[in-house]
Amino acid sequence: MRRLRMRSSIDNCLTYGLVIVAYVVIRLLLAGGNISYALQGQLVPITVYIVMAVSLNLTVGVLGELSLGHAGFMSIGAFSGAITATLLELLADTTSTTWIRLGLSTSWIRLSLAMLIGGIFAGIFGFLVGVPVLRLQGDYLAIVTLAFGEIIKNVMSILYVGYDANGIRVSMDSANALKLDEGGTIIVNGPMGVIGITKLSSFTAGFILILITLIIVLNLINSRAGRAIKAVRDDKIATESVGISVWRYRMMAFVISATLAGAAGALYALNYSSVVARKFDFNTSILVLVFVVLGGMGNIRGSIIAATVLTVLPEVLRAFNEYRMLTYAVILIVVMLVRNNATLQHVFRQVGARLSKSLPIRRKGGEV
Amino acid sequence: MNESISKTKMVPLPSHAIIPERDASQRPILEVYRLGINFGGLVAVEDFNIAVGRTEICGLIGPNGAGKTTIFNLLTKVYQPTSGAILLDGKDTSNMNTAQINRAGIARTFQNIRLFPSLSVEDNVKIGLHNEIGYSMATGILRLPAFYKAERRAKERVMELLDLFDMTHLASHRAGSLPYGAQRRLEFVRALATNPKLLLLDEPAAGMNPSETEELMSNIEKIRDQFQIAIMLIEHDMRLVMGICEGIAVLNYGQIIAKGTPKEIQSNPLVIEAYLGKKKGDQVC
Repeated sequence: MRRLRMRSSIDNCLTYGLVIVAYVVIRLLLAGGNISYALQGQLVPITVYIVMAVSLNLTVGVLGELSLGHAGFMSIGAFSGAITATLLELLADTTSTTWIRLGLSTSWIRLSLAMLIGGIFAGIFGFLVGVPVLRLQGDYLAIVTLAFGEIIKNVMSILYVGYDANGIRVSMDSANALKLDEGGTIIVNGPMGVIGITKLSSFTAGFILILITLIIVLNLINSRAGRAIKAVRDDKIATESVGISVWRYRMMAFVISATLAGAAGALYALNYSSVVARKFDFNTSILVLVFVVLGGMGNIRGSIIAATVLTVLPEVLRAFNEYRMLTYAVILIVVMLVRNNATLQHVFRQVGARLSKSLPIRRKGGEV
Repeated sequence: MNESISKTKMVPLPSHAIIPERDASQRPILEVYRLGINFGGLVAVEDFNIAVGRTEICGLIGPNGAGKTTIFNLLTKVYQPTSGAILLDGKDTSNMNTAQINRAGIARTFQNIRLFPSLSVEDNVKIGLHNEIGYSMATGILRLPAFYKAERRAKERVMELLDLFDMTHLASHRAGSLPYGAQRRLEFVRALATNPKLLLLDEPAAGMNPSETEELMSNIEKIRDQFQIAIMLIEHDMRLVMGICEGIAVLNYGQIIAKGTPKEIQSNPLVIEAYLGKKKGDQVC
């Protein structure tokens, strides 16, 4: 038993180590001017996608439920986070209390608050969506989460939010329906999305969010609640039979997953001057799912690596960018084939063994 | 202790049930009245009545398809009964779900083993201890001192429980990779970990050889004596049933056809006709 316990903590240390070393290396490369401008622009999205992949892995890999609407929670986090950041900035200009003004004019405080609010909103929506969705299982759950992702996208596309001296105004009709005073600001302008965002996100902020995500997810997995979540994945009837509420732990995993996706969404939105709801569509959900499947179900480190590689690759291979979706499809099919085919697995293992004779090969679907 | 069991005297209760004399001073742990269920017109169990004493080992036998496992599923609310009442420790269980039933004191094993195959043996038992460990999610995520204390205590408990079945050396193995007999024992341990008052064993000796069955019989009695719990078991191995059960209920086509001590059951013509008579040829009795 000590072996297993030690292996899991060594595994976790490796994961943290990987992230920290990668951060330091990229910082050094940045300082030396060795990273292309295009790739620099990808740094924050990479951190966002890592958090998205790790959080989705909690639902798909650890809880064992296929969710196809993860981008929906990212969308909610992006919008509520961006609105929060803009409001806080306006508040900093208008407030008379000195310490609030000083606090809110500090960008990292605004960013943290925006991510926090983004996460909370996404978590609340995760709960609301979870109430009907978690009554279902398997394919049905996947279909309904897909639908919820689309619903959230469409609702966000007709959302208008403005701010003036009288406070916040919300409408689902048009910008005029907000009836803003003179000097009022439109924050969310329907299909045009959130406009006039001050860019707050930074690579370091993304790095810290990844660390927080890892602490939450890895500590959760290796605790009482995480064991219950894994028990639900393995056998629901047996889980109930030992006195654990299946509903409760499915909901817990789902809401935590949504909350982290919301925080990632806020970080994403605050990396640009405007953000539209169309960005968080079905393709984004699938993209994140590809990271999870490719990295290995329940394998957190795998998700991190897959998210990084698949975000960097299209940038590096600009010429092949057009074939990106095709590549994803091919990779997915290959992974599915290999996972379900003993002969192919054997071949891959032999190739792997030849490549790295000294390293023991991870068994299929390895635990974190 | 084993001596006393073989000389158990069964005493009748007002409801025509019988329980061991030593438990007669206390209310039975389980009382079932007129329990029934039908699946879309098919009557699977009808008018099932039983009482189980606090430290009784009670057998439920009957031919295949008689409804034995269905009764376990009704007792644990995997199925909702369509009629009748189940009293656990005198409390009505009609509003409880499966998880609440377990917390109220019924643990079970399954006919087709249901472990958590991808988790370690240790984690399987720890999941059984879930409600006893009882620190919050935040404590686990923040790794507060309470987390380490509770986890250490849980590990000690796991080892104690595994030691009952000489399984401590298997603690770090994946549950799904264990041999069949060890999986059955692990399921037994996991059920015990939930600290039940009544343990339901669904064919505990299935797939075991005679010497393993022998060991299982002594283990079942050992567990009953040590934990002072009631055990109800479904089993086809007549040597086990006749060897350790104090009261036996025989089920056929969803109805009880006989109740009594092993001796009474063995000589009951109805039972012989419905079950033992037909099966005697190929059964090693």
